[in-house]
Amino acid sequence: MKNTVFFGALTVAGLAAGMASAATLDDVKARGSLNCGVTTGVPGFAAPDANGVWEGFDVAVCRAVAAAIFGDSTAVQFVPTTGQTRFTALASGEVDMLARNTTWTFSRDVDLKFEFTGVNYYDGQGFMVPRDLGVSSASELDGATVCIQTGTTTELNLADYFRVNNISYEPVPIETNAEAQQQYLAGACDVYTTDASALAATRATFEAPGDHIILPEIISKEPLGPLVRHGDNEWADIVRWTLNALIAAEELGITSANIEGLASAPTDNPEVNRLLGTEGELGAMLGLEANWAMNAIMAGGNYGEVFESNIGESTPIGLARGLNAQWTNGGLIYTPPFR
Amino acid sequence: MSTLTDPPKASFRLSQLIYDTRYRSYTIQIVALILIVAAFAWLINNTIENLESLGKDFDFGFLGSAAGYDINQMLIPYDNQMSHGRAALVGILNTLLVAVLGCLAATLIGVIAGVLRLSKNWVVNKLMAVYVEGFRNVPLLLWIILIFAIMTESMPQPREFRGDDATQAMLLDDSVAITNRGIWIPRIGFSNSLSGNEAVAAMDGATPVATGAIDWLVLFGTLAISIVAISFVRKRADRIQQATGVRPVTWYQQLALLVVPFGLVAFFLGLTIVKPFLQGFNFTEGTHLRNSLIALWLALSLYTGAFIAEIVRAGILAISKGQTEAAFALGLQPNRTMNLIILPQAMRVIIPPLISQYLNLTKNSSLAIAVGYMDVRATLGGITINQTGRELEGMLLLGGFYLALSLLISAGMNFYNRSTQLQER
Repeated sequence: MKNTVFFGALTVAGLAAGMASAATLDDVKARGSLNCGVTTGVPGFAAPDANGVWEGFDVAVCRAVAAAIFGDSTAVQFVPTTGQTRFTALASGEVDMLARNTTWTFSRDVDLKFEFTGVNYYDGQGFMVPRDLGVSSASELDGATVCIQTGTTTELNLADYFRVNNISYEPVPIETNAEAQQQYLAGACDVYTTDASALAATRATFEAPGDHIILPEIISKEPLGPLVRHGDNEWADIVRWTLNALIAAEELGITSANIEGLASAPTDNPEVNRLLGTEGELGAMLGLEANWAMNAIMAGGNYGEVFESNIGESTPIGLARGLNAQWTNGGLIYTPPFR
Repeated sequence: MSTLTDPPKASFRLSQLIYDTRYRSYTIQIVALILIVAAFAWLINNTIENLESLGKDFDFGFLGSAAGYDINQMLIPYDNQMSHGRAALVGILNTLLVAVLGCLAATLIGVIAGVLRLSKNWVVNKLMAVYVEGFRNVPLLLWIILIFAIMTESMPQPREFRGDDATQAMLLDDSVAITNRGIWIPRIGFSNSLSGNEAVAAMDGATPVATGAIDWLVLFGTLAISIVAISFVRKRADRIQQATGVRPVTWYQQLALLVVPFGLVAFFLGLTIVKPFLQGFNFTEGTHLRNSLIALWLALSLYTGAFIAEIVRAGILAISKGQTEAAFALGLQPNRTMNLIILPQAMRVIIPPLISQYLNLTKNSSLAIAVGYMDVRATLGGITINQTGRELEGMLLLGGFYLALSLLISAGMNFYNRSTQLQER
């Protein structure tokens, strides 16, 4: 009996690890679709629309990668994961990449054996409270009941913040954003804390968003980005440079409207030419078609277009670019050169 | 003249391993053993190789590093700078708490429902049938979520108790508050605590009280001694009854033995009931029974109770009707017949399946995941694994814990089972 349990666990670990070691690009090509791990549903970042089609800011990264590989942005299988299941799903090979509001930290990069391929959203942890609670600062939250997604960095930041400020709280652990929303609206917790972007996205879906405020304190740095398994550098390069291509496209003024014209013939700007494959061999170096970046950009537009159409100020979520503006506009979004 | 022929020489041929019934079973067993060992060797080797290719090692050192996360329900002191091992222990105690509470409540519910289902009263009988069939034919997870949803969605928020125009009021002389964050009940504190903890007043004007494990030990120790003393009194009464046929009246002695020492100890320890009251965002003081605990406990008890009810009913029905008739013929009343004749015999039938129900309940407590109850699955098997990336080690520890706990429960119950079995010579 004891042996059965022990070896059962070994089997799972053995099988899981066995799948992880193959070359990911070959697996994806053989399968004909990309398996992309996303959240179980955060509006604006990753959520199915009324027809069941996934859309959002993180989903756009998955679609861009699929487009870069297959030239088809719909060749993606979306796998919803919770804060607790995401890393196991990636490590076991159930998904090829995660684009799931995941914070880049030292231990995840080094100890958990993952490879972060960039940052697609610079975020920070915030608090949301009902307006009629009369709270205007996080330092007034002594004794509050706080809804928190388990297995996240926000859980650790929360513990640190309350410890440093020497105030107490009661954590209510929950699994998904939807569950948190339901608990928060039922008043089972006074405060909901997660990344400020997700708070804004969640608040936008409330019946009366105006009844809830997001407190001014941002208590952490949360650089969110896509990640892949450690050890397959070619695959990591594809995901990294697909994201960079979206960022470079915005910087170079390539949009989904003018990309067809720019890609049809070499332009005066060599970097645009290299990016769009009318000059040089960048695609072949990645093991992809020459027009990989063009396909990726056409999937949902450049970084700025993806931002505006999913979470920007014209959407119900209404996030300003802020830190996520291009470096030329005072933000942190910056890509290494395509050369 | 007789000729002596040698017995046929026993020459061994390889084919005998398959065709000779003397050897065939050995052959099969040895081949099976080799296959099993090879399969295990392959699995272990595969695991080691793949861990290596992932660059991971096999190390339990993470149990000693700081956990960094908070746990809402703690039976022992814990804060987020303590180790993952300590966090796992907090989770283990939470698992044990809900398992013990669940087993007690399930047994109580099960025995009552099982006996009542045999009642001749049609209404009682059918009500119990509805309970049993309703609970054991709907998945446990649904009951857990249903009770949790009722608690969070339909109970009042703590702030509705606040102020002069409060829409909600506490029950039982301001001592119990039912909210959508759980139920606050009074707790017991000691104003002359032996543990050396400083006594603190919960609010202005209240008696300063402290908590201490030693106080509880003294209190329960006194109670245990009283119970032993009471059993002596009863045995003496039995002896007198055997000798003279008249049972002396001892109820007042028993009552005094129970109440007086306990009362004295409680008085000297300064036993005080501390009521919960509203402060800040939540109620404070008192004991907080969280929604997650209540939902898990109630659902586990009601669900397993339905199975136990059937086991109890089967046990009672297994006792021949002649036993009841014999008891009636001796002039025993129905309830004494049940207590003295039927149940003691039925226990022999009831206990073995009861063990597996206790095991089920304990393992089902890991469904705590549905309501965020911080059991060992949530701490060691959830957050710790997620923060440290030690899936294999964490899952092995978790499996080992549930295995050890289950074996302990069965060992204990088997011991009890042997003591109730018919002693045959």
